[in-house]
Amino acid sequence: MRTKDIIQKNAVPIVFTAVCIFLVISSQMDLRFLAQEVITRLSRNSFLVLALIIPVIAGLGLNFAIVLGAMAGQTAVIFVTHWMTTLAGDNAFLAFLRWNAGLGGFLFSIMMATPIAMIAGWAVGQTLNRARGREMITAMILGFFANGIYILFYLILLGQVFPMTNPRMMLPDGVGLRNTIDLANFLNRPVPVIRSVGGSLNNIIQPRIDMIRIPVVPLLIVAALCFFIFFFLRTKIGQQIRATGQDMHIAEVAGIKVDRIRIIAVIMSTVLAAWGQLIFLQDIGTLNTYNSHEQVGMFAIAALLVGGANTRRATFSQAIIGVILFHTLFVVSPVAGQKLFGDSQIGEYFRLFVSYAVIALALALHAWKRKKE
Amino acid sequence: MLRKITDFLLGLGIPRLIIIAFLVILFIIAFATGLAIPPLIGDSLRRIGMAGLFGLAMIPTVRAGIGLNFGLPLGILTGLLGALISMQLDYKGFHGFFMAILFAIPISIVTGIGYAKLLSKVRGQEMMVGTYIGFSSVAFMNIWWLLLPFTHPEMIWAIGGSGLRSQLSLRNHTSQVLNDFLKFEIGGMVVPTGLLLFFAFFCVLMYFFFRTKVGLAIDATGQNENYAIASGVNTKRMRTISVVLSNMLAAIGIIAYAQSYGFLQLYSGPMLMAFPAVAAVLIGGASLTRATVTHVIVGTVLFQTLLTTSLPVTSQLIKGDVTEVARMIVSNGMIVYALTRRSGKGGK
Repeated sequence: MRTKDIIQKNAVPIVFTAVCIFLVISSQMDLRFLAQEVITRLSRNSFLVLALIIPVIAGLGLNFAIVLGAMAGQTAVIFVTHWMTTLAGDNAFLAFLRWNAGLGGFLFSIMMATPIAMIAGWAVGQTLNRARGREMITAMILGFFANGIYILFYLILLGQVFPMTNPRMMLPDGVGLRNTIDLANFLNRPVPVIRSVGGSLNNIIQPRIDMIRIPVVPLLIVAALCFFIFFFLRTKIGQQIRATGQDMHIAEVAGIKVDRIRIIAVIMSTVLAAWGQLIFLQDIGTLNTYNSHEQVGMFAIAALLVGGANTRRATFSQAIIGVILFHTLFVVSPVAGQKLFGDSQIGEYFRLFVSYAVIALALALHAWKRKKE
Repeated sequence: MLRKITDFLLGLGIPRLIIIAFLVILFIIAFATGLAIPPLIGDSLRRIGMAGLFGLAMIPTVRAGIGLNFGLPLGILTGLLGALISMQLDYKGFHGFFMAILFAIPISIVTGIGYAKLLSKVRGQEMMVGTYIGFSSVAFMNIWWLLLPFTHPEMIWAIGGSGLRSQLSLRNHTSQVLNDFLKFEIGGMVVPTGLLLFFAFFCVLMYFFFRTKVGLAIDATGQNENYAIASGVNTKRMRTISVVLSNMLAAIGIIAYAQSYGFLQLYSGPMLMAFPAVAAVLIGGASLTRATVTHVIVGTVLFQTLLTTSLPVTSQLIKGDVTEVARMIVSNGMIVYALTRRSGKGGK
């Protein structure tokens, strides 16, 4: 009876573990390569997935609007990279940005992204409070809307309405940013080239275990965030967030300012997403100006759901398990597709299908359950 | 009199006023910069005809109380499948066009029934679940576009000899059959009469459908379910009918769209097609609980004219393609606006 309960409660991660094992075996992939990929992706993506937890607990559902946080992070990186590549000479500010192979730039990006993300989060929270019962779809469309504003600013207005000159980052006609912006630093050249934040956290300490590079610092930050969320939910405000999530009306009667608590939850999520995107970008080393953030929401949400979370309940362990399973699937499915069907494209479409389908399934199952209650 | 005018303007709602004002400004700029206006209007007419049926597809589900059909890509996929079968069999011209519709309809009915069943289980979250049903069915069909046994040389990749191309040219098949029907030109303005008549035909059909017994029953289901049940309406059946109808309109819509566009777009093509359609009806004055044929026509005309004119007009003033950006901002802004109205009422 008890094992049946456990299986029932964790049906999604169990099924995904089985699928992953099947795909790993059929892909005949080098396990060391797979481990390297999964560890890299764990350090790269976990923070963003963890950013989703607080709104779930506050009863707002899956916060598709973390895209706005990601945009705030990218805005900071764009400006920091701009300054690092165009400022010249002996400049205390520039020296700080270049400090410790771009770590200064990273820290400054955090400082710059935080207020932007707070404002964005406040706006999202206000909007979601006006759309009770429809928070998820509103947040998702809000993400699309913000993306429109983002593209309008960086692709069309920058360079012709807002002046900026930087041939390295901008399109040849001087209007709009390039599709990809290189964030990489080259430290082992005779004169080290430090012009952005790429690798600034990873490079602090990166030991190899059995040839596998371990990005220690990002992983430690993820662990710290797990602890933070764990303890935060046990503080007074954390309790209020939980109460709001369990039943808004009872919370209101108990004297909790529900609207305010919900806005705080969204602001925290947005700020964490901005930091998460910065960690993501320093690891990956290139900024896809118009695409990096677009799928952030979807992949983070899919990963969280694969870990067994739903729209009302999510824990940090589900987030971590979800990232491992989802990204294992992500790495192996093209190879498995190649081996099984002779076409890697099929595997790529398969993983896309899985990401969408797992969200559809989780949403449907949850709405179904709630209707039964 | 003045009071009446202000009342009317306020009744339009702020977002609609902004869009109308924007459109007026665009036309003033076009006029001032000496841009030829008739071709612009001709292009807009073509785009209105192309998008019209997707807007109409929103009416049945809204009326039945399900909300806007964000799962539109599901219906679009069935239409694409119909068009592909018709193309594989090498049917051409009007014959090919109507055979495509004929093949698509049974598929869209079956998938529509399944979709309706699912939606009835997730009452209250239909829009969110619908969105992801749309997305995941597009991703699912991505796999099948590679595996389905189509063999027509104009459809599959030249290299490898299997898998459907991402853009299939309809040049030798159904391209422009509706648009060229009774087409005429006035002062540089090309009017795609056939396409507009096709859209108008479905508008009239929709209008009269909601005056039949079934249509009224759907209305009753959406307005007050308990009352509808009490008066003997099978509300579950009505909701199913409305979803199937919406799915079918999406299927026919993409076939009409593709013949005008000249290409069938597979793979990620249909992914985001629901959002402009949703936005159009909302711009026309619909809400999450109310939508009429007038809303669809007004909304589609305003939205598509805005999109069509924004590129040539703004390119006179600034560099860069603003169409895509304008589409994103206007359509998603409008949807957020509608979602945040109290109790789901629209711009009123």
